[in-house]
Amino acid sequence: MSEMLNSTSEAQGSTSSQSGRVDSINEYEKGTSLWSDAWLRLKKNPLALTGLGFLVFIALACLCTPWIAPYGYEEQNLLLGASPPSPQHWLGTDTFGRDLLTRILYGGRVSLMVGLIATSVALLIGVTWGAIAGFVGGKVDAVMMRLVDIIYALPFMIFIVLLMVVFGRNLWLLFFAIGAVEWLTMARIVRGQVQSLKEQEFVEAAISIGLSKWAIIRRHLIPNALGPVIVYTTLTIPSVMLLEAFLSFLGLGIQPPQSSWGLLISYGVESMEEYPWLLIYPGLTLTLTLFALNFLGDGLRDALDVRASKD
Amino acid sequence: MLNFILSRSMQSIPVIFVVITITFFLVRFAPGGPFDDEKSVEPEVKAALEAQYRLDQPLFSQYAAYLGDLAQGDLGPSFKYPGRSVNELIATGFPVTAELGLYAILIALCIGGISGVVAALKPNTAQDYVPMSLAMLGICMPTFLLGPLLILVFGIWLEWLPVSGWGDLPGDKILPSFTLGAAYAAYVARLSRGGMLEVMSQDYIRTARAKGLPERVVVLKHGLRGGMIPVVAYLGPAFAGILSGSFVIETIFQIHGLGRFYVQAAFNRDYTMILGCTVFLATLIVVFNLLSDLLAAWMNPRLRSQLGGNQ
Repeated sequence: MSEMLNSTSEAQGSTSSQSGRVDSINEYEKGTSLWSDAWLRLKKNPLALTGLGFLVFIALACLCTPWIAPYGYEEQNLLLGASPPSPQHWLGTDTFGRDLLTRILYGGRVSLMVGLIATSVALLIGVTWGAIAGFVGGKVDAVMMRLVDIIYALPFMIFIVLLMVVFGRNLWLLFFAIGAVEWLTMARIVRGQVQSLKEQEFVEAAISIGLSKWAIIRRHLIPNALGPVIVYTTLTIPSVMLLEAFLSFLGLGIQPPQSSWGLLISYGVESMEEYPWLLIYPGLTLTLTLFALNFLGDGLRDALDVRASKD
Repeated sequence: MLNFILSRSMQSIPVIFVVITITFFLVRFAPGGPFDDEKSVEPEVKAALEAQYRLDQPLFSQYAAYLGDLAQGDLGPSFKYPGRSVNELIATGFPVTAELGLYAILIALCIGGISGVVAALKPNTAQDYVPMSLAMLGICMPTFLLGPLLILVFGIWLEWLPVSGWGDLPGDKILPSFTLGAAYAAYVARLSRGGMLEVMSQDYIRTARAKGLPERVVVLKHGLRGGMIPVVAYLGPAFAGILSGSFVIETIFQIHGLGRFYVQAAFNRDYTMILGCTVFLATLIVVFNLLSDLLAAWMNPRLRSQLGGNQ
């Protein structure tokens, strides 16, 4: 039975978190942080490291696309048409004879950018909102969180559809619209975190020795809430990218001539019977990227020892 | 407990009201009337049409009239399907979507729940890694990629299952239901694994084992009840996700359900249809969130006694 208990990762997690907290206080004084500790733990997780490596690779490739892409983005070769992967075109070509690898790289720029910018929007709104609600508490908290509940209940599709119709199908608007949907969970997590931290003994102790409110926020609340925020940010990026792809697939997101992985998949679906590679490679790229982000997020959660509250 | 149910239910009413209001005004502010691009329509006919749909009245009296109709359960006429009401369209589309959603939820709960519990019983072994890797795949593989891939493999290459329709051919419900349920099965698996791991390291489980209860009873009777709370709390959001997931599934598999009507309405600018569907879906989502919250609270004995004590 005790083996059973010890073998569960949760049990290990809770013991290490207690010791980790004690360590982090000592280390805080010494100037080293729990971050270097977390990095050491992350280095031992091969899946998370592979994910990180893959992401760096994809990000660099997409960043350098204009210089490294083998063909032009709109470069057509109508004589060639759709061709399977070959030495000239590593991932094949589409019906216009355009190089698929080039198009995936250019699409990746948009997909990754949507992921990063929309997540930043969500992060900014969500953390501010949640921290204020959690720290102030009382009526302010009730009103703010009720508002979150209300927005939660709104089917986001209609907002994005309508915003696209009202303001034209604009890339920045898409960032904003997705960010405006995704901040809600972040706000809830930060609020819950701040609220529960406020009740913890070490915060009580800090209050009892007469630390000022600001010092408590700075020394105790922010560093302790940062772990979940980082972890959730890493896990928000894939869900944002999925949302963008979902909208682009329906024809409501990125519009041609711009491209994204979601749009490439939807083109691929149209001709998947004849040219399956047009579906498989963009799909594989998107799935692998999401895999990498999720593995990194899970690795960070273990490394930063964030108690799994969401899943 | 009764107080909790009542107050939690009362909170849902303003949410629904705000949903209706925001949607109504957003839809009305979208430029381009539904009859603008029909060039053949005479001005008098257009005026008559607009009068019929109350578009000639001031915005606020349109809103008041809409709320009045809504109170009587009338969602208004459709702009694009003359002579048919939104109620009728929902009545034809929703049973299909509901059936699809029900199968998807059942698939998610059965596959996800069982594999999550199985994984939690032997953490960090093959019995844990295999289902959890599959769950990760389910989360990272977008529905609109999984669907076409399944069609390609089982419909076109193997020719085992029909690739479109709903209830027309034997077996045509299998692929759409599975595609829609797969992602949620993955989330349910992760949630139930996390929930079970946490519960199985609790003191009362040790007590149950110390009493000499067989492991089967400990897991099924004591463990499952607490371990499933996160899953039950997730049912509300999952329900909302499945409804919007049906947009894509019904488009891919050419199913004439509510999701497909909704996407078409967005492209057609069928205002009353968008409005009616949004109000209908949002109300459903709010109600299901309420139910899943209540169920999760009822299953959590700590919360239950706390709520009971408040009375």
